[in-house]
Amino acid sequence: MNIRDFGGNGDDVSQIELKRRGFRRRQTGKSLLISCVSLLVFAAAIYVIFSHSEGWARVQAAYFSPERFVEAIPKVGKGLLLNIKILCVSVVCVGITATLLAVARTTRSAVLFPLRLLATVYTNVFRGIPMIICLYLVGFGIPALGIFGRIPAEVLGCVAVSLIYSAYVAEVIRAGIEAVHPSQRMAARALGFSHARTMRIIILPQAVRKIIPALMNDFVAMQKDVGLVSVLGGVDAVRSAQILNAVNFNYTPYVVAGVFFILMSFPFILLIDRYAKRLQNREQLQGAV
Amino acid sequence: MSDPVLRLVNIKKRFGAHKVLRGIDFSIHEHEVVVMIGASGSGKSTLIRVIHLLERIDDGQIVLAGEDISDPRVNEDGARAKIGIVFQNFNLFPHKSVLENVSIANRIVHKLPKEEAERIGMELLTRIGIAEKANRYPDQLSGGQQQRVAIVRAIASNPQLLLLDEITSALDPQLVGEVLDLVQELKAAGSTILMATHEMDFARRVADRVVFLHEGRIAEEGPPERIFEDPRHPATKEFLSRLRIK
Repeated sequence: MNIRDFGGNGDDVSQIELKRRGFRRRQTGKSLLISCVSLLVFAAAIYVIFSHSEGWARVQAAYFSPERFVEAIPKVGKGLLLNIKILCVSVVCVGITATLLAVARTTRSAVLFPLRLLATVYTNVFRGIPMIICLYLVGFGIPALGIFGRIPAEVLGCVAVSLIYSAYVAEVIRAGIEAVHPSQRMAARALGFSHARTMRIIILPQAVRKIIPALMNDFVAMQKDVGLVSVLGGVDAVRSAQILNAVNFNYTPYVVAGVFFILMSFPFILLIDRYAKRLQNREQLQGAV
Repeated sequence: MSDPVLRLVNIKKRFGAHKVLRGIDFSIHEHEVVVMIGASGSGKSTLIRVIHLLERIDDGQIVLAGEDISDPRVNEDGARAKIGIVFQNFNLFPHKSVLENVSIANRIVHKLPKEEAERIGMELLTRIGIAEKANRYPDQLSGGQQQRVAIVRAIASNPQLLLLDEITSALDPQLVGEVLDLVQELKAAGSTILMATHEMDFARRVADRVVFLHEGRIAEEGPPERIFEDPRHPATKEFLSRLRIK
Protein backbone atom coordinates (compact mmCIF):
# COMPACT_ATOMS: atom_id res chain seq x y z
CA MET A 1 0.00 0.00 0.00
CA ASN A 2 1.42 3.36 -0.89
CA ILE A 3 -0.75 5.32 1.46
CA ARG A 4 1.45 7.64 3.42
CA ASP A 5 0.85 11.03 4.92
CA PHE A 6 2.51 13.93 3.33
CA GLY A 7 3.02 15.17 6.88
CA GLY A 8 5.20 18.02 8.08
CA ASN A 9 5.56 21.52 6.66
CA GLY A 10 1.83 22.20 6.53
CA ASP A 11 1.16 19.54 3.88
CA ASP A 12 -2.06 18.28 5.41
CA VAL A 13 -4.11 15.54 3.83
CA SER A 14 -7.48 16.59 2.46
CA GLN A 15 -10.81 15.22 3.70
CA ILE A 16 -11.38 13.54 0.34
CA GLU A 17 -8.16 11.59 0.58
CA LEU A 18 -8.91 10.61 4.18
CA LYS A 19 -12.32 9.32 3.11
CA ARG A 20 -10.73 7.39 0.26
CA ARG A 21 -8.27 5.77 2.63
CA GLY A 22 -11.07 4.85 4.99
CA PHE A 23 -13.00 3.27 2.14
CA ARG A 24 -9.98 1.31 0.93
CA ARG A 25 -9.28 0.10 4.46
CA ARG A 26 -12.85 -1.11 4.88
CA GLN A 27 -12.65 -2.73 1.45
CA THR A 28 -9.48 -4.60 2.45
CA GLY A 29 -11.11 -5.68 5.72
CA LYS A 30 -14.14 -6.95 3.88
CA SER A 31 -12.10 -8.97 1.36
CA LEU A 32 -10.02 -10.42 4.18
CA LEU A 33 -13.15 -11.47 6.06
CA ILE A 34 -14.67 -13.08 2.97
CA SER A 35 -11.53 -15.06 2.21
CA CYS A 36 -11.23 -16.24 5.83
CA VAL A 37 -14.85 -17.38 5.90
CA SER A 38 -14.57 -19.19 2.58
CA LEU A 39 -11.38 -20.90 3.75
CA LEU A 40 -13.10 -22.11 6.93
CA VAL A 41 -16.13 -23.37 5.04
CA PHE A 42 -13.89 -25.22 2.61
CA ALA A 43 -11.84 -26.81 5.40
CA ALA A 44 -14.98 -27.81 7.29
CA ALA A 45 -16.46 -29.41 4.17
CA ILE A 46 -13.32 -31.47 3.59
CA TYR A 47 -13.23 -32.55 7.22
CA VAL A 48 -16.87 -33.61 7.17
CA ILE A 49 -16.46 -35.59 3.95
CA PHE A 50 -13.38 -37.45 5.16
CA SER A 51 -14.44 -38.09 8.72
CA HIS A 52 -17.77 -39.51 7.62
CA SER A 53 -16.22 -41.90 5.15
CA GLU A 54 -16.44 -45.56 5.99
CA GLY A 55 -12.75 -46.32 6.33
CA TRP A 56 -11.73 -43.14 8.14
CA ALA A 57 -11.04 -44.88 11.46
CA ARG A 58 -8.74 -47.38 9.77
CA VAL A 59 -6.95 -44.71 7.74
CA GLN A 60 -6.45 -42.64 10.84
CA ALA A 61 -4.98 -45.55 12.75
CA ALA A 62 -2.66 -46.56 9.91
CA TYR A 63 -1.43 -43.15 8.79
CA PHE A 64 -2.05 -40.63 11.56
CA SER A 65 -1.38 -42.48 14.79
CA PRO A 66 -0.07 -39.93 17.32
CA GLU A 67 2.07 -42.41 19.26
CA ARG A 68 3.71 -43.77 16.12
CA PHE A 69 4.23 -40.21 14.92
CA VAL A 70 6.18 -39.14 18.00
CA GLU A 71 8.06 -42.42 18.04
CA ALA A 72 9.19 -42.01 14.42
CA ILE A 73 10.49 -38.45 14.74
CA PRO A 74 14.03 -39.16 16.06
CA LYS A 75 14.80 -42.00 13.65
CA VAL A 76 13.36 -40.36 10.56
CA GLY A 77 14.99 -37.08 11.60
CA LYS A 78 18.36 -38.80 11.78
CA GLY A 79 17.75 -40.24 8.32
CA LEU A 80 16.94 -36.77 7.07
CA LEU A 81 20.45 -35.63 7.97
CA LEU A 82 21.75 -38.01 5.33
CA ASN A 83 19.35 -36.49 2.79
CA ILE A 84 20.63 -33.04 3.67
CA LYS A 85 24.24 -34.17 3.30
CA ILE A 86 23.54 -35.66 -0.13
CA LEU A 87 21.64 -32.53 -1.11
CA CYS A 88 24.49 -30.19 -0.15
CA VAL A 89 27.12 -32.15 -2.06
CA SER A 90 24.83 -32.59 -5.08
CA VAL A 91 24.01 -28.88 -5.24
CA VAL A 92 27.69 -28.01 -5.58
CA CYS A 93 28.26 -30.72 -8.21
CA VAL A 94 25.17 -29.68 -10.15
CA GLY A 95 26.15 -26.01 -10.04
CA ILE A 96 29.57 -26.66 -11.56
CA THR A 97 28.57 -29.32 -14.09
CA ALA A 98 25.46 -27.50 -15.25
CA THR A 99 27.31 -24.23 -15.82
CA LEU A 100 29.99 -25.99 -17.84
CA LEU A 101 27.37 -27.82 -19.88
CA ALA A 102 25.42 -24.63 -20.53
CA VAL A 103 28.52 -22.75 -21.61
CA ALA A 104 29.53 -25.65 -23.84
CA ARG A 105 26.12 -25.65 -25.48
CA THR A 106 26.24 -21.93 -26.21
CA THR A 107 29.66 -21.94 -27.87
CA ARG A 108 29.58 -21.01 -31.53
CA SER A 109 33.00 -21.91 -32.91
CA ALA A 110 33.32 -24.82 -35.33
CA VAL A 111 36.35 -26.26 -33.52
CA LEU A 112 34.27 -26.89 -30.44
CA PHE A 113 31.58 -28.80 -32.31
CA PRO A 114 32.36 -32.17 -30.63
CA LEU A 115 32.09 -30.53 -27.23
CA ARG A 116 28.78 -28.95 -28.17
CA LEU A 117 27.51 -32.27 -29.48
CA LEU A 118 28.58 -34.07 -26.33
CA ALA A 119 26.83 -31.52 -24.12
CA THR A 120 23.69 -31.69 -26.23
CA VAL A 121 23.56 -35.48 -26.15
CA TYR A 122 24.22 -35.50 -22.41
CA THR A 123 21.45 -33.05 -21.54
CA ASN A 124 18.95 -34.79 -23.74
CA VAL A 125 19.75 -38.27 -22.44
CA PHE A 126 19.72 -37.35 -18.78
CA ARG A 127 16.61 -35.23 -18.99
CA GLY A 128 14.83 -38.12 -20.63
CA ILE A 129 15.83 -40.88 -18.24
CA PRO A 130 13.64 -41.52 -15.18
CA MET A 131 15.41 -40.76 -11.91
CA ILE A 132 14.80 -44.22 -10.50
CA ILE A 133 16.36 -45.96 -13.50
CA CYS A 134 19.39 -43.72 -13.30
CA LEU A 135 19.69 -44.56 -9.60
CA TYR A 136 19.60 -48.29 -10.32
CA LEU A 137 22.12 -47.99 -13.16
CA VAL A 138 24.55 -45.90 -11.13
CA GLY A 139 23.87 -47.53 -7.79
CA PHE A 140 24.21 -51.14 -8.86
CA GLY A 141 26.07 -50.77 -12.17
CA ILE A 142 29.13 -48.81 -11.04
CA PRO A 143 29.91 -51.05 -8.02
CA ALA A 144 29.48 -54.10 -10.26
CA LEU A 145 32.36 -52.86 -12.41
CA GLY A 146 34.58 -53.54 -9.44
CA ILE A 147 37.02 -50.70 -10.21
CA PHE A 148 36.53 -48.56 -7.11
CA GLY A 149 36.00 -51.20 -4.46
CA ARG A 150 33.07 -50.68 -2.11
CA ILE A 151 31.32 -47.35 -2.60
CA PRO A 152 28.91 -46.04 0.06
CA ALA A 153 25.29 -45.71 -1.08
CA GLU A 154 25.21 -41.98 -0.36
CA VAL A 155 28.10 -41.32 -2.76
CA LEU A 156 26.34 -43.24 -5.50
CA GLY A 157 23.16 -41.33 -4.68
CA CYS A 158 25.01 -38.04 -5.07
CA VAL A 159 26.35 -39.13 -8.44
CA ALA A 160 22.94 -40.17 -9.74
CA VAL A 161 21.15 -37.03 -8.50
CA SER A 162 23.91 -34.81 -9.90
CA LEU A 163 23.83 -36.55 -13.29
CA ILE A 164 20.12 -35.93 -13.72
CA TYR A 165 19.86 -32.47 -12.25
CA SER A 166 22.93 -31.17 -14.09
CA ALA A 167 21.06 -31.80 -17.31
CA TYR A 168 17.96 -29.92 -16.13
CA VAL A 169 19.81 -27.01 -14.61
CA ALA A 170 22.10 -26.72 -17.64
CA GLU A 171 19.04 -26.06 -19.81
CA VAL A 172 17.81 -23.39 -17.40
CA ILE A 173 21.21 -21.68 -17.39
CA ARG A 174 21.39 -21.87 -21.17
CA ALA A 175 18.02 -20.15 -21.42
CA GLY A 176 19.37 -17.47 -19.10
CA ILE A 177 22.51 -16.98 -21.17
CA GLU A 178 20.46 -16.62 -24.31
CA ALA A 179 18.11 -14.15 -22.62
CA VAL A 180 20.94 -11.68 -22.02
CA HIS A 181 20.73 -9.18 -24.83
CA PRO A 182 23.39 -9.69 -27.55
CA SER A 183 24.41 -6.05 -27.23
CA GLN A 184 25.90 -6.91 -23.83
CA ARG A 185 28.20 -9.44 -25.45
CA MET A 186 29.17 -6.96 -28.14
CA ALA A 187 29.80 -4.22 -25.59
CA ALA A 188 32.13 -6.51 -23.62
CA ARG A 189 33.97 -7.73 -26.73
CA ALA A 190 34.33 -4.10 -27.84
CA LEU A 191 36.14 -3.36 -24.58
CA GLY A 192 38.62 -6.12 -25.45
CA PHE A 193 37.24 -8.94 -23.28
CA SER A 194 37.93 -12.44 -24.57
CA HIS A 195 35.01 -14.79 -25.19
CA ALA A 196 35.65 -16.61 -21.91
CA ARG A 197 35.93 -13.42 -19.87
CA THR A 198 32.81 -11.99 -21.50
CA MET A 199 30.98 -15.12 -20.46
CA ARG A 200 32.30 -15.18 -16.91
CA ILE A 201 32.24 -11.50 -16.01
CA ILE A 202 29.43 -10.04 -18.10
CA ILE A 203 27.01 -12.68 -19.37
CA LEU A 204 26.75 -15.29 -16.61
CA PRO A 205 26.05 -12.86 -13.74
CA GLN A 206 23.18 -11.31 -15.69
CA ALA A 207 21.94 -14.73 -16.80
CA VAL A 208 21.89 -16.06 -13.26
CA ARG A 209 19.90 -13.06 -12.05
CA LYS A 210 17.25 -13.76 -14.64
CA ILE A 211 16.93 -17.45 -13.82
CA ILE A 212 17.14 -17.46 -10.04
CA PRO A 213 13.42 -18.25 -9.58
CA ALA A 214 13.70 -21.18 -12.02
CA LEU A 215 16.87 -22.41 -10.31
CA MET A 216 15.23 -22.25 -6.90
CA ASN A 217 12.37 -24.29 -8.29
CA ASP A 218 14.81 -26.98 -9.44
CA PHE A 219 16.46 -26.85 -6.05
CA VAL A 220 13.19 -27.59 -4.27
CA ALA A 221 12.50 -30.47 -6.67
CA MET A 222 15.97 -31.79 -5.94
CA GLN A 223 15.36 -31.60 -2.21
CA LYS A 224 12.63 -34.15 -2.41
CA ASP A 225 14.27 -36.30 -5.08
CA VAL A 226 17.19 -37.01 -2.77
CA GLY A 227 14.63 -39.11 -0.88
CA LEU A 228 14.89 -41.63 -3.72
CA VAL A 229 18.43 -42.65 -2.72
CA SER A 230 16.70 -44.95 -0.23
CA VAL A 231 16.39 -47.46 -3.08
CA LEU A 232 20.18 -47.87 -2.96
CA GLY A 233 20.06 -48.86 0.70
CA GLY A 234 21.31 -45.67 2.33
CA VAL A 235 19.45 -45.18 5.60
CA ASP A 236 17.88 -41.81 4.86
CA ALA A 237 14.54 -40.42 6.00
CA VAL A 238 12.47 -42.56 3.64
CA ARG A 239 14.46 -45.70 4.42
CA SER A 240 14.12 -45.11 8.17
CA ALA A 241 10.38 -44.76 7.73
CA GLN A 242 10.33 -47.98 5.73
CA ILE A 243 12.18 -49.83 8.49
CA LEU A 244 9.77 -48.57 11.14
CA ASN A 245 6.86 -49.49 8.91
CA ALA A 246 8.19 -53.04 8.63
CA VAL A 247 8.45 -53.28 12.41
CA ASN A 248 5.02 -51.93 13.37
CA PHE A 249 3.04 -52.35 10.20
CA ASN A 250 1.97 -48.73 10.51
CA TYR A 251 2.37 -46.09 7.83
CA THR A 252 2.66 -43.06 10.09
CA PRO A 253 6.49 -42.90 9.76
CA TYR A 254 6.04 -42.18 6.04
CA VAL A 255 3.82 -39.27 6.96
CA VAL A 256 6.54 -38.07 9.33
CA ALA A 257 9.10 -38.26 6.51
CA GLY A 258 6.72 -36.37 4.24
CA VAL A 259 6.27 -33.65 6.82
CA PHE A 260 10.03 -33.38 7.23
CA PHE A 261 10.55 -32.96 3.49
CA ILE A 262 7.88 -30.28 3.33
CA LEU A 263 9.41 -28.44 6.28
CA MET A 264 12.83 -28.66 4.66
CA SER A 265 11.59 -27.02 1.47
CA PHE A 266 9.65 -24.30 3.27
CA PRO A 267 12.41 -21.76 3.89
CA PHE A 268 13.48 -21.91 0.28
CA ILE A 269 9.97 -21.53 -1.04
CA LEU A 270 9.57 -18.40 1.09
CA LEU A 271 12.88 -17.16 -0.21
CA ILE A 272 11.82 -17.70 -3.82
CA ASP A 273 8.54 -15.86 -3.30
CA ARG A 274 10.26 -12.93 -1.68
CA TYR A 275 12.89 -12.74 -4.39
CA ALA A 276 10.30 -12.96 -7.17
CA LYS A 277 8.33 -10.15 -5.55
CA ARG A 278 11.38 -7.95 -5.27
CA LEU A 279 12.22 -8.54 -8.90
CA GLN A 280 8.67 -7.66 -9.89
CA ASN A 281 8.72 -4.45 -7.88
CA ARG A 282 11.95 -3.38 -9.49
CA GLU A 283 10.85 -4.09 -13.02
CA GLN A 284 7.30 -2.75 -12.90
CA LEU A 285 8.15 0.76 -11.71
CA GLN A 286 5.72 0.08 -8.84
CA GLY A 287 2.69 1.09 -10.91
CA ALA A 288 -0.89 0.58 -9.79
CA VAL A 289 -1.85 -1.87 -12.55
CA MET B 1 -17.16 27.38 -21.25
CA SER B 2 -18.64 23.92 -20.78
CA ASP B 3 -17.52 21.38 -18.18
CA PRO B 4 -13.82 20.67 -18.62
CA VAL B 5 -12.88 17.25 -20.04
CA LEU B 6 -10.37 16.87 -17.25
CA ARG B 7 -10.05 18.72 -14.00
CA LEU B 8 -7.21 18.10 -11.57
CA VAL B 9 -7.61 19.29 -8.00
CA ASN B 10 -4.59 19.52 -5.72
CA ILE B 11 -2.88 16.39 -7.05
CA LYS B 12 -0.07 15.08 -4.85
CA LYS B 13 2.12 12.08 -5.46
CA ARG B 14 5.25 10.88 -3.78
CA PHE B 15 7.64 7.99 -4.32
CA GLY B 16 9.07 7.13 -0.92
CA ALA B 17 10.49 10.35 0.47
CA HIS B 18 10.54 12.07 -2.90
CA LYS B 19 7.56 14.35 -3.52
CA VAL B 20 7.06 14.27 -7.26
CA LEU B 21 3.80 16.19 -7.47
CA ARG B 22 3.21 18.82 -4.82
CA GLY B 23 -0.32 19.98 -5.52
CA ILE B 24 -1.34 20.36 -9.14
CA ASP B 25 -4.53 22.23 -10.05
CA PHE B 26 -5.35 22.31 -13.69
CA SER B 27 -8.15 21.86 -16.24
CA ILE B 28 -8.34 20.99 -19.89
CA HIS B 29 -11.38 21.73 -22.05
CA GLU B 30 -12.77 19.98 -25.07
CA HIS B 31 -10.72 20.39 -28.30
CA GLU B 32 -7.93 21.97 -26.33
CA VAL B 33 -4.27 21.01 -26.84
CA VAL B 34 -2.18 21.60 -23.75
CA VAL B 35 1.56 21.08 -23.84
CA MET B 36 3.51 20.45 -20.66
CA ILE B 37 7.14 21.47 -20.61
CA GLY B 38 9.70 21.33 -17.85
CA ALA B 39 13.03 19.82 -16.91
CA SER B 40 13.48 16.07 -16.52
CA GLY B 41 12.15 15.08 -13.11
CA SER B 42 9.74 18.00 -12.90
CA GLY B 43 6.82 15.56 -12.76
CA LYS B 44 5.47 15.65 -16.34
CA SER B 45 5.49 11.90 -16.89
CA THR B 46 4.21 11.18 -13.40
CA LEU B 47 1.31 13.56 -13.91
CA ILE B 48 0.37 11.78 -17.12
CA ARG B 49 0.63 8.35 -15.50
CA VAL B 50 -1.43 9.54 -12.56
CA ILE B 51 -4.23 10.87 -14.79
CA HIS B 52 -4.37 7.49 -16.51
CA LEU B 53 -4.59 5.83 -13.06
CA LEU B 54 -1.36 3.97 -13.70
CA GLU B 55 -0.11 5.38 -10.40
CA ARG B 56 -2.31 6.03 -7.40
CA ILE B 57 -2.34 9.62 -6.15
CA ASP B 58 -1.63 10.42 -2.50
CA ASP B 59 -4.06 13.32 -2.39
CA GLY B 60 -6.38 15.34 -4.60
CA GLN B 61 -8.99 14.53 -7.21
CA ILE B 62 -9.01 13.58 -10.86
CA VAL B 63 -12.29 14.52 -12.50
CA LEU B 64 -12.92 13.18 -16.00
CA ALA B 65 -15.97 14.71 -17.69
CA GLY B 66 -17.60 15.42 -14.35
CA GLU B 67 -16.83 12.03 -12.79
CA ASP B 68 -14.28 11.70 -10.00
CA ILE B 69 -12.20 8.79 -11.29
CA SER B 70 -9.87 8.89 -8.28
CA ASP B 71 -12.77 7.66 -6.14
CA PRO B 72 -12.04 4.05 -5.16
CA ARG B 73 -15.63 3.10 -6.00
CA VAL B 74 -15.28 3.80 -9.73
CA ASN B 75 -14.23 1.03 -12.05
CA GLU B 76 -10.64 1.93 -12.91
CA ASP B 77 -10.58 -0.13 -16.10
CA GLY B 78 -13.70 1.63 -17.32
CA ALA B 79 -12.18 5.03 -16.61
CA ARG B 80 -8.92 4.10 -18.33
CA ALA B 81 -10.78 2.96 -21.40
CA LYS B 82 -12.03 6.52 -21.84
CA ILE B 83 -8.51 7.93 -21.91
CA GLY B 84 -5.95 7.20 -24.61
CA ILE B 85 -2.25 7.19 -23.81
CA VAL B 86 0.91 6.93 -25.89
CA PHE B 87 4.25 6.20 -24.30
CA GLN B 88 7.78 7.16 -25.18
CA ASN B 89 8.71 3.63 -26.19
CA PHE B 90 5.65 2.84 -28.34
CA ASN B 91 4.80 -0.32 -26.37
CA LEU B 92 3.09 -1.98 -29.31
CA PHE B 93 2.32 -5.63 -28.72
CA PRO B 94 5.12 -7.46 -30.55
CA HIS B 95 3.16 -10.70 -30.96
CA LYS B 96 0.22 -9.00 -32.68
CA SER B 97 0.11 -7.67 -36.23
CA VAL B 98 -0.19 -3.95 -36.84
CA LEU B 99 -3.89 -4.28 -37.62
CA GLU B 100 -4.48 -6.39 -34.51
CA ASN B 101 -2.67 -3.78 -32.45
CA VAL B 102 -5.01 -1.02 -33.53
CA SER B 103 -8.20 -3.11 -33.38
CA ILE B 104 -7.66 -5.20 -30.26
CA ALA B 105 -9.04 -2.71 -27.73
CA ASN B 106 -12.21 -2.19 -29.71
CA ARG B 107 -12.71 -5.94 -29.99
CA ILE B 108 -11.88 -7.02 -26.46
CA VAL B 109 -12.70 -3.99 -24.30
CA HIS B 110 -15.41 -2.26 -26.30
CA LYS B 111 -16.89 -5.53 -27.63
CA LEU B 112 -17.16 -4.47 -31.25
CA PRO B 113 -17.50 -7.30 -33.78
CA LYS B 114 -14.20 -8.27 -35.38
CA GLU B 115 -15.12 -6.89 -38.82
CA GLU B 116 -16.16 -3.54 -37.39
CA ALA B 117 -13.02 -3.24 -35.25
CA GLU B 118 -10.82 -4.12 -38.20
CA ARG B 119 -12.67 -1.72 -40.49
CA ILE B 120 -11.96 1.11 -38.03
CA GLY B 121 -8.38 -0.11 -37.72
CA MET B 122 -7.85 -0.16 -41.49
CA GLU B 123 -9.35 3.31 -41.77
CA LEU B 124 -6.88 4.63 -39.23
CA LEU B 125 -3.94 2.86 -40.85
CA THR B 126 -4.98 4.33 -44.20
CA ARG B 127 -5.06 7.75 -42.60
CA ILE B 128 -1.45 7.42 -41.45
CA GLY B 129 -0.47 5.94 -44.81
CA ILE B 130 0.62 2.45 -43.76
CA ALA B 131 -2.44 0.44 -44.71
CA GLU B 132 -0.27 -1.84 -46.84
CA LYS B 133 1.65 -2.85 -43.70
CA ALA B 134 -1.46 -3.89 -41.78
CA ASN B 135 -0.43 -7.53 -41.61
CA ARG B 136 3.20 -6.88 -40.75
CA TYR B 137 4.46 -7.05 -37.18
CA PRO B 138 5.59 -3.98 -35.22
CA ASP B 139 9.31 -4.81 -35.40
CA GLN B 140 9.11 -4.64 -39.21
CA LEU B 141 8.17 -0.95 -39.06
CA SER B 142 10.39 2.10 -38.58
CA GLY B 143 10.34 3.89 -35.23
CA GLY B 144 8.23 6.72 -36.63
CA GLN B 145 5.75 4.27 -38.12
CA GLN B 146 5.56 2.32 -34.87
CA GLN B 147 4.87 5.47 -32.91
CA ARG B 148 2.17 6.54 -35.35
CA VAL B 149 0.56 3.11 -35.01
CA ALA B 150 0.72 3.54 -31.24
CA ILE B 151 -1.06 6.88 -31.56
CA VAL B 152 -3.88 5.53 -33.71
CA ARG B 153 -4.14 2.53 -31.40
CA ALA B 154 -4.80 5.00 -28.60
CA ILE B 155 -7.47 6.91 -30.54
CA ALA B 156 -9.14 3.88 -32.15
CA SER B 157 -11.82 3.78 -29.47
CA ASN B 158 -12.49 7.52 -29.47
CA PRO B 159 -11.15 8.41 -26.04
CA GLN B 160 -12.33 11.64 -24.44
CA LEU B 161 -8.77 12.62 -23.73
CA LEU B 162 -5.46 11.71 -25.33
CA LEU B 163 -2.30 11.71 -23.23
CA LEU B 164 1.05 11.83 -25.01
CA ASP B 165 4.13 11.21 -22.89
CA GLU B 166 7.26 12.42 -24.68
CA ILE B 167 6.27 10.48 -27.75
CA THR B 168 9.17 11.70 -29.89
CA SER B 169 12.01 11.25 -27.39
CA ALA B 170 12.96 7.77 -28.57
CA LEU B 171 12.89 8.66 -32.27
CA ASP B 172 15.61 9.63 -34.72
CA PRO B 173 15.43 13.35 -35.52
CA GLN B 174 14.28 12.77 -39.10
CA LEU B 175 11.36 10.64 -37.85
CA VAL B 176 10.10 13.17 -35.31
CA GLY B 177 8.36 15.24 -37.97
CA GLU B 178 5.97 12.55 -39.19
CA VAL B 179 4.80 11.83 -35.65
CA LEU B 180 4.27 15.47 -34.78
CA ASP B 181 2.40 16.00 -38.06
CA LEU B 182 -0.03 13.31 -36.97
CA VAL B 183 -0.56 15.06 -33.63
CA GLN B 184 -1.28 18.27 -35.50
CA GLU B 185 -3.82 16.41 -37.64
CA LEU B 186 -5.51 15.10 -34.52
CA LYS B 187 -5.73 18.63 -33.20
CA ALA B 188 -7.33 19.76 -36.45
CA ALA B 189 -9.82 16.89 -36.10
CA GLY B 190 -10.79 18.20 -32.68
CA SER B 191 -9.07 15.83 -30.24
CA THR B 192 -8.44 16.91 -26.67
CA ILE B 193 -4.76 16.38 -25.99
CA LEU B 194 -2.45 16.70 -23.01
CA MET B 195 1.12 16.28 -24.08
CA ALA B 196 4.49 16.27 -22.36
CA THR B 197 7.33 17.10 -24.70
CA HIS B 198 10.78 18.56 -25.17
CA GLU B 199 9.93 19.78 -28.71
CA MET B 200 9.66 23.50 -28.01
CA ASP B 201 9.04 24.59 -31.59
CA PHE B 202 6.17 22.19 -31.83
CA ALA B 203 4.79 23.33 -28.49
CA ARG B 204 4.85 26.92 -29.69
CA ARG B 205 3.21 26.08 -32.99
CA VAL B 206 0.48 23.71 -31.92
CA ALA B 207 -0.35 24.30 -28.25
CA ASP B 208 -3.41 26.26 -27.22
CA ARG B 209 -1.85 26.56 -23.82
CA VAL B 210 1.58 25.80 -22.40
CA VAL B 211 2.10 24.62 -18.84
CA PHE B 212 5.51 24.84 -17.26
CA LEU B 213 6.11 22.30 -14.51
CA HIS B 214 8.80 22.94 -11.94
CA GLU B 215 9.55 20.68 -8.98
CA GLY B 216 6.10 19.13 -8.93
CA ARG B 217 4.14 22.36 -9.23
CA ILE B 218 2.77 24.38 -12.11
CA ALA B 219 5.13 27.31 -12.10
CA GLU B 220 3.51 29.11 -14.98
CA GLU B 221 0.88 28.58 -17.64
CA GLY B 222 -0.50 30.58 -20.52
CA PRO B 223 -0.67 30.91 -24.30
CA PRO B 224 2.53 29.74 -26.01
CA GLU B 225 3.53 33.20 -27.25
CA ARG B 226 3.33 34.60 -23.74
CA ILE B 227 5.30 31.74 -22.15
CA PHE B 228 8.01 31.67 -24.77
CA GLU B 229 8.35 35.43 -25.36
CA ASP B 230 7.74 36.72 -21.89
CA PRO B 231 8.35 34.04 -19.22
CA ARG B 232 7.74 35.45 -15.76
CA HIS B 233 8.74 32.70 -13.33
CA PRO B 234 12.50 32.58 -12.78
CA ALA B 235 12.53 28.81 -13.33
CA THR B 236 10.79 29.20 -16.69
CA LYS B 237 13.23 31.90 -17.70
CA GLU B 238 16.20 29.72 -16.84
CA PHE B 239 14.75 26.64 -18.55
CA LEU B 240 14.03 28.51 -21.78
CA SER B 241 17.31 30.40 -21.84
CA ARG B 242 19.23 27.14 -21.57
CA LEU B 243 17.36 25.81 -24.56
CA ARG B 244 18.21 28.88 -26.60
CA ILE B 245 21.93 28.37 -26.07
CA LYS B 246 21.65 25.04 -27.80
